[in-house]
Amino acid sequence: MMISRKRFLQMTGISMLLAAGERRLGALAAAFQTGSPASPGALTARRWAMVIDLPKCFQKEGCTKCSEACHAVHNVPQFNDRAHQVKWIWKDPFENVFASQENEFLTVTLKNKPVLAFCNHCDEPPCVRVCPTQATWKREDGIVMMDWHRCIGCRYCMAACPYGSRSFNWMDPRSHIPKLSPDFPTRTKGVVEKCTFCEERLVKGQLPACVEACPQKAMVCGDLGDRNSKVRELLGSRYSIRRKPELGTKPEVFYLV
Amino acid sequence: MFMFEKAVGGGRRYWIWILCLFAVMGLGFLSYLRQLGYGLAITGMSRDVTWGLYIAQFTFLVGVAASAVMVVLPYYLHNFKVFGKITILGEFLAISAVTMCMLFIFVDMGQPTHVLNVLLYPTPNSLMFWDMISLGGYLLLNAVIALVTLSAEQKGIPPPRWITPVIILSIPWAISIHTVTAFLYSGLPGRSFWLTAILAPRFLSSAFASGPALLILLCLAIRRLTRYDVGREGIQKLAVIVTYALTINVFFFLMELFTTFYSRLPEHMAHFRYLFAGLEGHVSLVPWMWTSALLALTSLGLLFVPAMRKNEKVLALTCGMVFLSLWIDKGLGLIVGGFIPSPLGAITEYTPTLPEISITLSIWALGCLMITVFYKITLSVREGFAA
Amino acid sequence: MRDQGLIYGGLAIFLGFITFPVSYNLVAGKTSKGPELKLPVAEKQCVAPVDYMKGSHMKLLMDWRENLVRKNIRTYTAFDGRSYTISLSGTCLGKCHSSKADFCDRCHSYVGIQTPYCMDCHIDPKLIQRSGE
Repeated sequence: MMISRKRFLQMTGISMLLAAGERRLGALAAAFQTGSPASPGALTARRWAMVIDLPKCFQKEGCTKCSEACHAVHNVPQFNDRAHQVKWIWKDPFENVFASQENEFLTVTLKNKPVLAFCNHCDEPPCVRVCPTQATWKREDGIVMMDWHRCIGCRYCMAACPYGSRSFNWMDPRSHIPKLSPDFPTRTKGVVEKCTFCEERLVKGQLPACVEACPQKAMVCGDLGDRNSKVRELLGSRYSIRRKPELGTKPEVFYLV
Repeated sequence: MFMFEKAVGGGRRYWIWILCLFAVMGLGFLSYLRQLGYGLAITGMSRDVTWGLYIAQFTFLVGVAASAVMVVLPYYLHNFKVFGKITILGEFLAISAVTMCMLFIFVDMGQPTHVLNVLLYPTPNSLMFWDMISLGGYLLLNAVIALVTLSAEQKGIPPPRWITPVIILSIPWAISIHTVTAFLYSGLPGRSFWLTAILAPRFLSSAFASGPALLILLCLAIRRLTRYDVGREGIQKLAVIVTYALTINVFFFLMELFTTFYSRLPEHMAHFRYLFAGLEGHVSLVPWMWTSALLALTSLGLLFVPAMRKNEKVLALTCGMVFLSLWIDKGLGLIVGGFIPSPLGAITEYTPTLPEISITLSIWALGCLMITVFYKITLSVREGFAA
Repeated sequence: MRDQGLIYGGLAIFLGFITFPVSYNLVAGKTSKGPELKLPVAEKQCVAPVDYMKGSHMKLLMDWRENLVRKNIRTYTAFDGRSYTISLSGTCLGKCHSSKADFCDRCHSYVGIQTPYCMDCHIDPKLIQRSGE
């Protein structure tokens, strides 16, 4: 059988198209393969949340175990200059953390007490809404994640966050990290960072570093989607407040008072 | 290239001016290299005040760019011949201003090498994405319009007919660039200072005052430096536009004050208190803001009196005051004021550093250079005038 | 044709210039042999065939990073069915290529590309050991 030149070209073209199509399809299939094949032993949840038992936390005055643990595990740099500080979890007076709870006659149990503040992993996160590159996004399990490879450092998310939970690397952080932790990357100058709910630990079946480090067991994390979870039990039995609920961001960090 | 040969002939004064601009740009470029190497820590910005001079200049200049519509609209839509000589100057001003805007955004980026991620991962829910589209589109529109109309003029033929719809499109587009820029700020739930529906109208009114004020100053300068005259009537009409826009701007501002202080919402009041009275002894912006307010009121008084407005010497002074007042308001107070106090009630003041100021000045210098070159080309095309 | 000398002379100079890298290597006694890389001792097989890794390791690393950061996929199943934990510091450097300087850097500098900034953030386990000593 003779193959004409035209026919040959047609066949070549079609097979090339098919080959290209197959590659694209493969890429597409990979893209659809979300919701990882959960690693065995990983801690998973439909909706991650954190409950902080303030009275328990206050019992241990001056304790900074949670932030120390977090900052060590995640290679968070220590800057003396307030302007350039990077912090994932820290303590601020109740009046600042709960600015809208303004009350001159606040009970002594709360007045001026140092309250933990960190990313609220909001259900309606304004930071995610404004990010121009999807460098920050909400995962299916509710964790508001950061992709430091993609961040362009525009700091729009910092303007959008009503809780001051985000920090920017104003300079290279490496030399300001007291002791490098090998299991977690450092960041580069010019990107924004924040608490990631220790998603890298959850996947290994470990609790978040702050929860694990708390000597008072004042921090409890769990699944809001599971009605039998510890967090649901606590929220069902005790009065809890959230930061700036009036903004509609639906924070998933609850404070028991 | 686009008649650039016309920009390289000029007198001594012209070249000294160009050299000065290049010197400022060179210094700024060196500062930028430092910023690139060391990080944005060389600026005065901080964890609490995360945007400073750069983004504030961007915001102000978007207004200057948008204000070209104030000459384009009467001329093309209403066939208002008086603006015949000014319109192209307005368009070139817009091109220069948009370019400066883009550069100010660029120098503010923490990861400038990653900036194309905005295109690689287009994110329509981010206003930044829309701002990029509107600014880019506006630059393109104005570049095409200016190029086509000017080269038609050079050949002594009427511009091609297809340019008319492009010009008409540029009118709503101009409004959109400043609206979208206002939306960048006014949609953030935690920043009460910007969380106001009147922010976009305020942006537009201040833009339509500061832009034409600058245009008047440029026209007067051109008349002094060359023999080219855009016509007294055109300048007077621009002055009327400045008067109306500034009046509306002051009115909008008073409305903002009323809502804030009659409702007495603490978070809303705090920012105005910081700017005009200072908070807990932090007063670094107070003198600036009062200067801005006084300049605005004085210039408004002068603009209201026809005799003053018609005296071009007084008008020049007034326009300078308007421009300065609105620059302080938008290029300094509006952005920084939104961050103080912080969401956690911290008062961290912001003072730009020398490298930061140098980078800022260099972008302004580039803008001046662009305007100079564009205007020189225009003038030589028009009547063979040379500086 | 009086320009002949000029033209051929010019051409010779031009050819000399563009073939300079070759002649330089000949004179310096260097060959076109690639850099000597320190290969892992314990492992004989990389996560992908060597030819693929030579040309496309950056693509593989990019895929890894997209999978890990954005899709929460933590393991990679290689072409031969083995599975690996996705981690630049932990798996690539930690398990196999224990010396970044003798492997990554040596090749990168040989081909004259600027060392990629991966390691600005990802930690070379060697660094920790050294600082721990």
